[in-house]
Amino acid sequence: MDSREDDGGEPLSRMAEWRDVTPLPQDDGPNPVVPIAYKEEFRETMDYFRAIYKADERSPRALRLTRRAIHLNPGNYTVWHFRRLVLEALNADLDEELDFLQRIANSNSKNYQLWHHRRWVVERLGANAGAKELNLIKKILSLDAKNYHAWSHRQWVLQALGGWEDELGYCQQLLEEDIFNNSAWNQRYFVVTRSPFLGGLKAMRASEVRYTVEAILANPNNECPWRYLRGLYKDDIKALVNDPEISSVCLKVINMKNNYVFALKMLLDLLCHGFQPCHEFGDSVVALRTSDTDPLDPDLSMAICDILEHVDSLRASYWIWRKNKLSVAAV
Amino acid sequence: MAELAVDKHVKYILAVEKNKDSFESVVMDPLRMNGAYWGLTALDLLGKLDSVNVDEVISWILKCQHESGGFSGNIGHDPHILYTLSAVQVLALFNKLDVLDIDKVATYITRLQNEDGSFSGDMWGEVDTRFSYIAICCLSILCCLGKINVEKAVSYILSCKNLDGGFGCTPGGESHAGQIFCCVGALALTGSLHYVDKDLLGWWLCERQVKSGGLNGRPEKLPDVCYSWWVLSSLIMIDRVHWIDKEKLVKFILDCQDVENGGISDRPDDAVDVYHTYFGVAGLSLLNYPGLKAIDPAYALPVDVVNRIFFSG
Repeated sequence: MDSREDDGGEPLSRMAEWRDVTPLPQDDGPNPVVPIAYKEEFRETMDYFRAIYKADERSPRALRLTRRAIHLNPGNYTVWHFRRLVLEALNADLDEELDFLQRIANSNSKNYQLWHHRRWVVERLGANAGAKELNLIKKILSLDAKNYHAWSHRQWVLQALGGWEDELGYCQQLLEEDIFNNSAWNQRYFVVTRSPFLGGLKAMRASEVRYTVEAILANPNNECPWRYLRGLYKDDIKALVNDPEISSVCLKVINMKNNYVFALKMLLDLLCHGFQPCHEFGDSVVALRTSDTDPLDPDLSMAICDILEHVDSLRASYWIWRKNKLSVAAV
Repeated sequence: MAELAVDKHVKYILAVEKNKDSFESVVMDPLRMNGAYWGLTALDLLGKLDSVNVDEVISWILKCQHESGGFSGNIGHDPHILYTLSAVQVLALFNKLDVLDIDKVATYITRLQNEDGSFSGDMWGEVDTRFSYIAICCLSILCCLGKINVEKAVSYILSCKNLDGGFGCTPGGESHAGQIFCCVGALALTGSLHYVDKDLLGWWLCERQVKSGGLNGRPEKLPDVCYSWWVLSSLIMIDRVHWIDKEKLVKFILDCQDVENGGISDRPDDAVDVYHTYFGVAGLSLLNYPGLKAIDPAYALPVDVVNRIFFSG
């Protein structure tokens, strides 16, 4: 937990400010199913909160109390709700609220309540908050670049408040830091397909293919760029089959004779969609054969399935299924 | 291979429900309803639901219901769709759905559907495909699915489908096994699985299995026992579960047990909790581990409970 900045954690029962309030203990009923023993400070804070909540007191001290309660248990969604009611009633400074959220963000980066509260605040601040918010989210992502909540929030900010101009560059930076970051690849796709400044998927396709091919050649065992590559040809499988860059990167990786599972899979998919390989492809696949797969099936697609069944043995059933599907198609 | 330490896990779950001194339990207090669902469903799968006092549980659950018809995570908290489903699921476990005013619960949920077919979690408006699943699962259990706009609900879910065949929390959101379970489950319960590209999604899901045999939730992330549920149930619903190595996954889950003190953790040697204990046991049930009750992959309730709802009138 972060340390409290406003009060020194003094017991509420000893504060003059709270003298007029009778704290309400938790009502678990006569036979509590789950009797709970609390730590003293926690118990006291929640007793006072219950009193304020029941009285529906939307005052400055109530606001401070919810902050204390949030620090003690940020998963208490009722406290967050009430805080919003108080913020509204007091017409509070929401820029300050955003600062508060940013201070507790790092220790609560996966807390649903915090992120939803943050969106509520930013919605009220409006368009002016967009740029600052994108910057703040970057700080959070710098500590955990795959934080699902942060990414979901970032996508909302872009769509609601704009700021698309620098986003592709940001994805680029993150991928330079970790080319295996699936969230950054997903965001790249989000930007390429939705940014009002980039012209859409088709317009971006050639440059994106080049970028992705480079990423693949650097780490052919990286699942992300292979999926991204396929995604660039959404609904246009013919173009995928006909793009020489695609088949070429498969061939290059297979010839490396290492980390070729995804390359073989892509080649298999291309063949299933009508790709006509030159003899080089057959030669390269044959070069992968081992004692387990010797002699290879003369049909290239079948041979690929056989190799993958052995090399990606966790998913042997999947490759056997693919092979059976080929036999069915051939009939 | 290790075995499932059934008695230790039962003891652990019962202790968690009764003895609430730890900081963890205090933190869990606002979501006690979810905790009750995880603990009690795990007990039922382990054949030990009768270790619990039914009347006490039911009475506590009803105290968590609000005027709006929704349920809160515990007494003194606000209602939310998350806890409404858990409450209904726990009542179903005990065959006590008749204590509910079904119209009241249905109204609460119906009011949370938005114009675009999505669902909010509560009056504060957070939207997430998790809530689509919850709404559909809850109303399905209560046999009044028709009270929401099913067509729009389905179309919103489909707008969250990604190119890898998976689903995210909102349109454009990264595919994530937890969100995929919710979307596939919701589509299964509304008879809409034909919209799923089962081969494409099946391959994405079976790629979640890593060398240790465990499953991760997204590419290039660490395995976690809870994905034994999210990924596995999704694979079963789309009839592709044979694409993973089941034996290796069983071994991974069993390695995540604390065989001394009971409970299951996210990965081997980490601290245990009720959430992962439930998902580990549920995952083993889906893998047909001997001695466990069968669990329904869409409703996330024991099969006999689901049959009782739909086949006993």
